[in-house]
Amino acid sequence: MMQTTAVVIGAGHAGLAMSRRLTERSIDHVVLERGEVANSWRTQRWPSLRLLTPNWQTRLPGQRYAGDDPDGYMAVADVVTTITGYAREIGSPVRTATTVHAVRAAPQGFEIQAADEVLCARTVVLATGAANLAATPRVADDVPAPVSSLTPLAYRDPSQLPDGGVLVVGASATGVQLAGEIHRSGHPVTLAVGEHVRLPRTYRGRDIFWWLEATGLLAERYDQIDDLTRARHLPSPQLTGTREAAMTDLNSLTAHGVRIVGRLGRIVDGLAQFSGSLPNTCALADLKMNRFLNRADEWATTSGLDGELPPPHRFAPTYVDPRTPLELDLTSGEITTVLWATGFRPDHTWLDVPVCDRTGRIRHDGGVVTDAPGLYVLGLPVLRTRASTYIHGAVTDSQAVASHLHTHLGSRRR
Amino acid sequence: MTITDRPIDNGVNVQALLDAREALSAAPEAADFTWRASCTWRTGTHSRSTVSGFTGLGTEQEHRTTYEFDVDHPECFASEDNGATPVEYVLVGLAGCLTAGVASVAQLRDIQLRSVTATIEGQMNILGILGADPDVRNGFDAITVRFLIDADASREDIEALVAQSQKRSAVYDIVTNPTKVLVEVA
Repeated sequence: MMQTTAVVIGAGHAGLAMSRRLTERSIDHVVLERGEVANSWRTQRWPSLRLLTPNWQTRLPGQRYAGDDPDGYMAVADVVTTITGYAREIGSPVRTATTVHAVRAAPQGFEIQAADEVLCARTVVLATGAANLAATPRVADDVPAPVSSLTPLAYRDPSQLPDGGVLVVGASATGVQLAGEIHRSGHPVTLAVGEHVRLPRTYRGRDIFWWLEATGLLAERYDQIDDLTRARHLPSPQLTGTREAAMTDLNSLTAHGVRIVGRLGRIVDGLAQFSGSLPNTCALADLKMNRFLNRADEWATTSGLDGELPPPHRFAPTYVDPRTPLELDLTSGEITTVLWATGFRPDHTWLDVPVCDRTGRIRHDGGVVTDAPGLYVLGLPVLRTRASTYIHGAVTDSQAVASHLHTHLGSRRR
Repeated sequence: MTITDRPIDNGVNVQALLDAREALSAAPEAADFTWRASCTWRTGTHSRSTVSGFTGLGTEQEHRTTYEFDVDHPECFASEDNGATPVEYVLVGLAGCLTAGVASVAQLRDIQLRSVTATIEGQMNILGILGADPDVRNGFDAITVRFLIDADASREDIEALVAQSQKRSAVYDIVTNPTKVLVEVA
């Protein structure tokens, strides 16, 4: 049985950031990876996907973007190259093709059952990602037979879809991107919209992520956020990683001919029924966007930047067609595919340590799993700050978690 | 200048609501509520509904008193108009729910309310309920609610207040989303 001080599970950006922090502290460790480095990016993302964050912001511990397009957005292939290069550069002890089947509590820490061996470690860091499984609502079971169902994990491009209309359910970044791409390919798209986050790609000449960082919003700590549960479950903002498209919000989709309807409530006898709350859902998103833009403008004024930035302005409110249908007959042949852009969730089913809440999510305090000393988690939305949702959040998150882990090792030795 | 810093008071015990939220998150089964009403036919289209008990917080609960509601149709429907119509009770429910929400959210956001008035309308073509036109639905085509709010807050804050009250309203959810309804004969 192999013994090590720390086992990191997952060689994505979070696991590798942690590996680097452990190396800095000379903590003996191994990184177990079910596939190759950056596996989810290689196998579970559609090729046209680009990061929401601009290149200059996509940092990892000890590494900054050094390419010639700091204001661009990495495509999936670039993300794979970046993460793979990082693994090599930091000399991370990654064992690829090593699927972890179980993690259990053991007298000296934890017992990890991997591909064909059992490892013992005093500490375990879970960095297996936030988006292993597609979170589909129960209504997905009621899609009538001739209509096919698809999740973004299996989606690659519109050519895999049968001819006909597509109902995209969910208006997060994933939903609006795929609705736009599929609609442009010639499949008429209907987009079912629940609670969503509207933001412009750029504002006053700067990328919205520049504003989110500059105003301090991304740095807001998890223990200072009023409603943490809500913050952790917020849909991703309606953004696309392209500079050409100023907005990929509902108004831009409507202008391109995508039909917007309310949240999908249920499907009865093949009839999809949508919520009549769409106007309020859109009003809430507009209000929230404007609250942030107000904060951005106030910050710009206080920081004395009004002279060098273009003047403030506001975006047109989200248009909701008063004739928006409340029902759609899925048996009529008009819709041939339903795409469930209803979010993702981590897969921690292999974790045999009782640390999950009733919804199957790990209970943790900023990445420290308090119910199981020595167990840590990284790479989840708003783990320690609002930046944790994005790649660069791992820079400070891994630092904090590694520091806690280091102290834990010391206290156990005494 | 001695304007006393009077605490914002809309008569809503926000602390109790926040405490309840925390306690019920830890004991989710206590958060299961069943609301009840019973209705007895009088004559014609006139009925009387009563509301007294409900289940929640893991036990049987009682209102302070039994509330009674006469339900009827108006005289232009050849009825006796002994009470509001059922569809008007739906409007009453929605208006009451949204207004309670406005007060609660205002309290939570430290907004002092001076007056809140909601006028609510439901548009309906009665050819649907008369069975005269299969293309006309029975229920409302649309409902409009108009809030007149006097408060120590900007227009934007008041709009946000009203939007948030819709977001957290049970009746708003009931009328905007499909609900499973089971009607059986005992």
